[in-house]
Amino acid sequence: MTDLVLEQAVTFAAQSASLLTFDSFLLSVAAKIAFALGLFFVVPLVGGYMEHKVMARMQHRRGPVEAGPFGSLQLVADGIKFIQKEDIIPRAADKWVFAAAPGVALVPGMLIFLVIPLGPGVFALDLELGLFYALAISSISVLGILMGGWASANKFSLIGGLRAGGQLIAYELPLILAAITVAVQAQTLSLVGIVEAQSTFMLPGTDINVWFVFPQIIGFGIFFIAAMAELSRPPFDMPIADSELVFGYMTEYTGIKFAMFLLTEYGGMIIMSALMVVLYLGGWQLLPGVPLPGCDGAGGLFDCGWLGTLAGVGITLGKIMALVFVMVWLRVAYPRLREDQLQRMAWIVLVPLALLNLAVVTVAKVVF
Amino acid sequence: MSDLSTRERIHPGTAPGEDFHLEIIGDGDFDTAEMSLSIGPAHPATHGVFRIVLDMDGERVIGARPVIGYMHRGFEKLAEYRDFRQIMALVNRHDWLSGFSNELGVALAVEQMLEMEVPDRAQWIRMLIAEWNRVLNHLMFIGSFAIELGAITPMFYAFREREDIQHLLESATGGRLHFTYNQPGGLKIDLPKGFMQQSVDLLAQLRKRTPDFTDLILGNEIFQARTKGVGPLPADVALSYGVTGPTLHATGVPEDSRVTEPYLKYDEVDVHVPLGENGDSFDRFSCLLGRIDASLDIIEQIHDHMPAGPVNQKLPKMVKAPEGSTYVRTENPLGQLGYWLESDGGRTPWRLKMRTPSFSNVQAIPYLLNGVLVPDAVAVLGSVFFVVGDIDR
Repeated sequence: MTDLVLEQAVTFAAQSASLLTFDSFLLSVAAKIAFALGLFFVVPLVGGYMEHKVMARMQHRRGPVEAGPFGSLQLVADGIKFIQKEDIIPRAADKWVFAAAPGVALVPGMLIFLVIPLGPGVFALDLELGLFYALAISSISVLGILMGGWASANKFSLIGGLRAGGQLIAYELPLILAAITVAVQAQTLSLVGIVEAQSTFMLPGTDINVWFVFPQIIGFGIFFIAAMAELSRPPFDMPIADSELVFGYMTEYTGIKFAMFLLTEYGGMIIMSALMVVLYLGGWQLLPGVPLPGCDGAGGLFDCGWLGTLAGVGITLGKIMALVFVMVWLRVAYPRLREDQLQRMAWIVLVPLALLNLAVVTVAKVVF
Repeated sequence: MSDLSTRERIHPGTAPGEDFHLEIIGDGDFDTAEMSLSIGPAHPATHGVFRIVLDMDGERVIGARPVIGYMHRGFEKLAEYRDFRQIMALVNRHDWLSGFSNELGVALAVEQMLEMEVPDRAQWIRMLIAEWNRVLNHLMFIGSFAIELGAITPMFYAFREREDIQHLLESATGGRLHFTYNQPGGLKIDLPKGFMQQSVDLLAQLRKRTPDFTDLILGNEIFQARTKGVGPLPADVALSYGVTGPTLHATGVPEDSRVTEPYLKYDEVDVHVPLGENGDSFDRFSCLLGRIDASLDIIEQIHDHMPAGPVNQKLPKMVKAPEGSTYVRTENPLGQLGYWLESDGGRTPWRLKMRTPSFSNVQAIPYLLNGVLVPDAVAVLGSVFFVVGDIDR
């Protein structure tokens, strides 16, 4: 029974078209690029503003108040300031590598936004290999960080870069294993397909619709921890570790290049949250089993009017921000782990757990 | 194995005539050279201009050399050109986090040489302010140690409490860091009206809020993983280096001059000295937290004892200590502070030698840093409590 529903869902996904596709090829390309870039430059700013305010609230401060209403333009002001700063390249630096590193770290983030679905039809591309594409592209960022750490000709940068390299490679594995488990359950690698699969996934033997976070709570935990480590967010910010390594691989960067590294981090937070929303939290579905207004299709999530589309985008963004909030909360609450403790956690705890999770889900998939 | 004797010089600097080079050690095979890393003088982990040169093998520290003196301001020499009242404003600056306790040492030394009787009320007020100053100091170190471990929030909580205490002390002394409230024979002026009630209220407020620090930091799993067993200091090593204060108490040695050699009226109150067992970073930090509670206990007892009466004595226009010398030690927030004061009967001290706790505590750092990882080195540096001005003087 479930198989049949899923089969239909997968077929439907292949048919569902992006709202950004127009008759004119050039117009379509322009719209899609504008969509990805817009997401990349706007949503991280909202996340960053929220981080400012939430951290301040938790720490008896007020946060930014001057720039714009309630300080909401603080990050824009910061961006303008970064552009005006002198662009310093250390004399001993490997100049081309040093200059290229922030770009190499930043661009993969932009590319991932191409496949992330925000609502019914609101995505640039629905690749059949969407999940694979997102994970593969995201691991290019580590190259930029290693390049920056090496090329700065600074010992703090070097240690930071190598820590980042070790950490990002170690946490890639549990991250991918957790994501694969979702793909196994959804029987598709398309991110839109995974949202559909969740809206039609019933608890075995009942007709209660649940999201994948329910059967895969362990996988969700692993993905969340691994994502935090991938992003070098506290408590896993050893590559930056400002009290030890000054600022890790970013120590020698100034101005716009530094801003690009920062944007990579905030963009990464949004990307990882968006992936978690799509993989585990039902995409643009408000609650399990609740269709969007004016929509039909699988789980009442497709073929929407403008109301349903807007509601879908709002729900996705809301879920993303909720996850970013949790990340900020963890940053406020926890001290930093040590690099060796982090590696031990990855290889001894998370990887075996992720493998076990994969095995259990695969067996359950065959049995039910 | 790689041949580490191979050295090659490369010149990345493009400007002509510049002698700037990098040295590549080894022939590129899979073997590594040691690296020396200079932490400080301007580095986030040293909160001040303390510099420490680490010899490292990868991330492991194989040798550490503290380089001190970046902040030498010559207090001992300056004190020879100030009269006995003026040096109060000088000594509260070398350890800027425990200004009042520093003044107290000099005041006691001068009074000892003059064989002066200090009024009871002055002594009790001195104790009260000294204990508030101790809480003020420890709160600062709670915040900064947490920041060094990557937890940013406790700093803000600690500073909220600090602000209230500073406000209280400001109402009596006029200063927030450099109180300059002592003078030989007592205090400059009496406490303002309502001070005691404010002090009682603040005590109640702190009693309510200090458990937050225990829960937030000491109970945190990551904090425990980062500090337990890190940088253990055996008691005999600590004593041989002259380590004092919470760093010594963490090793289990209950040496506290408020108990062993009471000054002021410390023999009339119960002084609890929290002790550790292993002398590691965790114990050092929990001793620091415990000392806050102990100080609050003392403050409560002082509130009950506070007598009425004068707070100072009529002093001559120029205080002149008689010829001779004396040594006074007080339990400062960071450890034993000793002043050796020698006078030739003139208007200024002939010599004022300081034995500052930070200077002695820092001596143990090369021992502690041997063989630890860089992140642990930061955890050790943060838990051997020192103030850079107090090292360099």
